[in-house]
Amino acid sequence: MAYSDKVRGIYEAQLQGIRDAGIFKQERYIHSPQAADIEVEFPAGAALKKVINMCANNYLGLSSHPDVVRAAHEGLDARGYGMSSVRFICGTQDIHRELERRLTEFLGTEDTLLFPSCMDANAGVFEAILTKDDVMISDRLVHASLVDGIRLCSAMHDTFKHSDMAHLENKLQLHADKRFKVVITDGVFSMDGDAAKLDECVALCEKYDAMLLVDDSHASGFIGKTGRGTHERCGVMGKIDVITTTFGKALGGASGGCVSGRKELVEMCRQKARPYLFSNTIAPVVVAGVLKVMEILSASTERRDKLERNAAHWRKGLTEAGFVLKEGDTPIVPVMLFNAKLSQDFSKALYDEGVYAMGFFFPVVPQGQARIRTQLSAGHETHHLDKALDAFVKVGKKYDILGKSKQEIIEKFGM
Amino acid sequence: MDDLKDIVLKYVTEEYLEADSDPITFETPLISGGIVDSFSMVSLKRFLENKYNIQIPDDRATPEAFDSVNRIAVLVREFVKA
Repeated sequence: MAYSDKVRGIYEAQLQGIRDAGIFKQERYIHSPQAADIEVEFPAGAALKKVINMCANNYLGLSSHPDVVRAAHEGLDARGYGMSSVRFICGTQDIHRELERRLTEFLGTEDTLLFPSCMDANAGVFEAILTKDDVMISDRLVHASLVDGIRLCSAMHDTFKHSDMAHLENKLQLHADKRFKVVITDGVFSMDGDAAKLDECVALCEKYDAMLLVDDSHASGFIGKTGRGTHERCGVMGKIDVITTTFGKALGGASGGCVSGRKELVEMCRQKARPYLFSNTIAPVVVAGVLKVMEILSASTERRDKLERNAAHWRKGLTEAGFVLKEGDTPIVPVMLFNAKLSQDFSKALYDEGVYAMGFFFPVVPQGQARIRTQLSAGHETHHLDKALDAFVKVGKKYDILGKSKQEIIEKFGM
Repeated sequence: MDDLKDIVLKYVTEEYLEADSDPITFETPLISGGIVDSFSMVSLKRFLENKYNIQIPDDRATPEAFDSVNRIAVLVREFVKA
């Protein structure tokens, strides 16, 4: 037997090490559709508990929207359940291409290619368009999926300090001899909730003849006046060479992602990107759902406007209560606790008070920057936010951190 | 070349350390100490090559050879002499 007791023991010891370090991840079972109010079984076997969800990427509240669910049902009936194929063999239906057209129009790009996920889009795009003669220069806080895609590519890789444009400029000068230079950033950074300075990135890319790739997963559908994304917010629509994004967050929340941008780059992905070539097509039911999402978003900005109001209301309430927040104006509002154990205890206490919000700590965020990341949704009503705020204040008082500065919290709990 | 180590120390400090980080010395482990990740070694290598007009072959630009300012200085001096 290859899987001997010795091998098993080694893995058991590794898992125990993860538990001992206090970073063992446990799933919480949700027994209801994704929404502001959910029913959760946690820990496993416990009675169901109704809680307010403050940690979903369901920014626009469309994950369980009746029109999206109905469209998915209709898609299921009209186009079937699965395609049993990758896209280029016999896995492309008319609705796949229709969704690519709708996304191209929405994002203001030249063409779009669907991927099974944005993780797959990011894993495939670099190797498809770059060679060892090129360089990728990424923000140091980009999402893990971009890091993985960069690792899979033979081009040289360098980094610049988070949102530091002077440092980026140094790097563009340092790598001036490379055939192609690609600057890589998130549109909105998932852990801090701050937005990239895309207008400045575009200006530098134009000055130094570099391309710009933006992962807009935490922005597509709601950032910018009409929700097109970070490029709309920064006034650089049509100037981003590659946008990758997901349908797994604001755009219905099911699954799938895309590469959208210059038509030659998109075509290179269609020809060469391995997650596109060797992974199944997106299920028709999901495509039908996302098409309905695009229709809803193109008809009205009502949902992103409500989300913006919710985020401002939430941020104001937490600030007035005396919490330390990360600066920003997106629906990602990190409540800073700095200490890893405090972030876990705080999350548990919130759950007891009926609020579901996760604590994050190293290595997901830098050492000493543990936090509760809260995320707003257009599905939240004022009563949800008021109740959640009451719970935060109650738990904040319990740990005596309200009105305390970063230094005071660190002195009390350590880093 | 006397100031080579100071130049490297200054570059590493400005390039990789945050404003509130503890200062480093010529002996501080850079790669094994988690200050410089393997991705970011690229810019250090390119900086040295441009600054001293040398070419460091990839098989010599190892994490071990880049693990402290002192070791980097030894490596750079070897190629400058050559």
